[in-house]
Amino acid sequence: MCLPSFLCVIKIMSTDKTLLEVNNLQVHFHLSGGGLIDRLMGSKPRIVKAVDGVSFDIKKGETLGLVGESGCGKSTTGRAILQLIKPTSGEVLFQGTNLAKLPDREMRPFRRHLQMIFQNPYASLNPRMTIGDIISEPLTVFKSLAKQQLDKQVQELIERVGLNPQFIKRYPHEFSGGQRQRIGIARALALNPDFIVADEPIAALDVSIQAQVMNLLQDLQKDFSLTYLFISHDLRAVRHMSNRVAVMYLGKLVELADANEIYQNPLHPYTQALISAVPVPDPKVEKQRQHIVLQGDVPSPLNPPLGCHFHTRCPQVMDQCKTNEPKFVNIGKNHFVACFLTNK
Amino acid sequence: MAKSNSAILSVRNLQTHFYGDGAVVKAVDGVSFDLKLGETLGIVGESGSGKSVTNLSILRLIPYPPGKIVGGEVIFDNKDLMKIPENEIRRIRGKRIAMIFQDPMTSLNPFMKIGAQLMEITQLHEGLNNSQARKKAIEMLELVGIADASRRIDDYSHQFSGGMRQRVMIAMALSCKPELLIADEPTTALDVTIQAQILELIKGLKEKIGTSVILITHDLGIVAGMTDHTGVMYAGKIVEYAPTEELFSNPHHPYTKGLLKSVPDPLIEQKKLFQIPGLPPDLSNLPKGCPFSPRCSSATTQCQEFPPIRQINAEHYSACWLEN
Repeated sequence: MCLPSFLCVIKIMSTDKTLLEVNNLQVHFHLSGGGLIDRLMGSKPRIVKAVDGVSFDIKKGETLGLVGESGCGKSTTGRAILQLIKPTSGEVLFQGTNLAKLPDREMRPFRRHLQMIFQNPYASLNPRMTIGDIISEPLTVFKSLAKQQLDKQVQELIERVGLNPQFIKRYPHEFSGGQRQRIGIARALALNPDFIVADEPIAALDVSIQAQVMNLLQDLQKDFSLTYLFISHDLRAVRHMSNRVAVMYLGKLVELADANEIYQNPLHPYTQALISAVPVPDPKVEKQRQHIVLQGDVPSPLNPPLGCHFHTRCPQVMDQCKTNEPKFVNIGKNHFVACFLTNK
Repeated sequence: MAKSNSAILSVRNLQTHFYGDGAVVKAVDGVSFDLKLGETLGIVGESGSGKSVTNLSILRLIPYPPGKIVGGEVIFDNKDLMKIPENEIRRIRGKRIAMIFQDPMTSLNPFMKIGAQLMEITQLHEGLNNSQARKKAIEMLELVGIADASRRIDDYSHQFSGGMRQRVMIAMALSCKPELLIADEPTTALDVTIQAQILELIKGLKEKIGTSVILITHDLGIVAGMTDHTGVMYAGKIVEYAPTEELFSNPHHPYTKGLLKSVPDPLIEQKKLFQIPGLPPDLSNLPKGCPFSPRCSSATTQCQEFPPIRQINAEHYSACWLEN
């Protein structure tokens, strides 16, 4: 009796640890060309497979970094997790519930647990609402608080993100980019969520302000035991913020590992090129570094190459890469790679 | 800063102000530097620090109104570019001093074929006829690595990707073999792997053509890998200027120190990032004295007065009261 219950406890602890699990997530967009005339003419509808079979899990309290170049599907992945875009197929398990299958009505109570911070602090705040209204809106939607209590909570939130609570009656245009990003963070925190998708939260900010926002996000993570999906194209920021890092290329994950492991021992040729392309802020190191410069552009997601999507730019391409697609497999120490060089 | 004989460009006490709403914004407020022949000078700073306006002022590309170059001189080939007549500076723009901009999407004309835009330059500045100019344009496109250039020359800019457009911009800028290339955030709009391609290209072409380069960027990593000297701008002034290696290994100004510490290094794991407190200043309402003093942890009462730029050692200048 003792042994099974002991096992049972372990099992609960380990499932407890995974907050969110994404299984074979696919998001496809249908482009124009599927109309009646096109169908009569026999042309096939054009489909962009923005996210094409992505699987990963996020453990409670960790930050998973998701990197890739523009158009690789990283933002779409973030939005599909929050059901802001309905996935075409696949599962998004949040504490065991498959969000992808929930009707909108049943999704609503989950939204308070899953929040988002947007890239563009100029476009993501309503210019006609005061920041007090912006931050209190989630609270009024989900909780019925008395006016006094509501004001108190909003003030606390504003202070917590490092703004002066006297600003409560001001409008977004009165703030700088970094301050607006703090307002967006306060709004995301209002309902005390478990999970936040931060989609390029520092891309629009100046260097000195980027450091401030990254530090704020890390402090809040500790204080509120938050779990982040940190989406960025900035590999320096991703390394700094993340426990684990996933690399995406043309709708698929190509590598996933612990942050230190992936930066010290990148196995996929694309990850290697990405890391080598990041300029290091030290002239002595930088002048001696060998950069792997990839040839060509990212192919159009409308018409991705056959086989491994990366084979058209890969410096180590082999014959099989052009026809077969490498599987995304664990090669040990939870280091996942999709490449024939490692998965023989 | 020290006058050097081999300087291709000397900027002295340049001042560019913008007027509007009853306020004066001193976007560039007394900038001086020298660029030596064949060197790359990096200018770093945050948005609004005046780095782009400085370089637009060099070619007198400041729209008036609201902007006006109110003082200073820019010596290029023994002439003050601020004083020569308009038709003379037009002969320098694009021919002897060329510029590439941050956003290749908006700096190419969407209604003109790429070839026509490239040919315009050599026809205007070098008097080539149509077929010569076309040949030269194809040659330039090949030089910047555009495959199948003789066919692509008849494409429009929307048919090119962002990285390809920036290559076209570079081809255009280098068509007349300029003595000076000003690159204003040339890779900011591009993806990481494309950024690496463009930086390699600029480096390679610089060696091939022997152009001197001013590289404006906010990315300290790019400055580290590309430049010989670096100037750091804050609130319209150069607050520190030094050989790049010296600047990174031995920064003097607290703003430079803060910037260097606040960038995560991709090769090393760091615990907590250093952050410069506060916000970049409002240029229409600058604090008295040193504009960085409200954010500076080493500020003293002395900072109420503006610190003059002074020599720290051989080629290292800093505008800070701090002892070495």
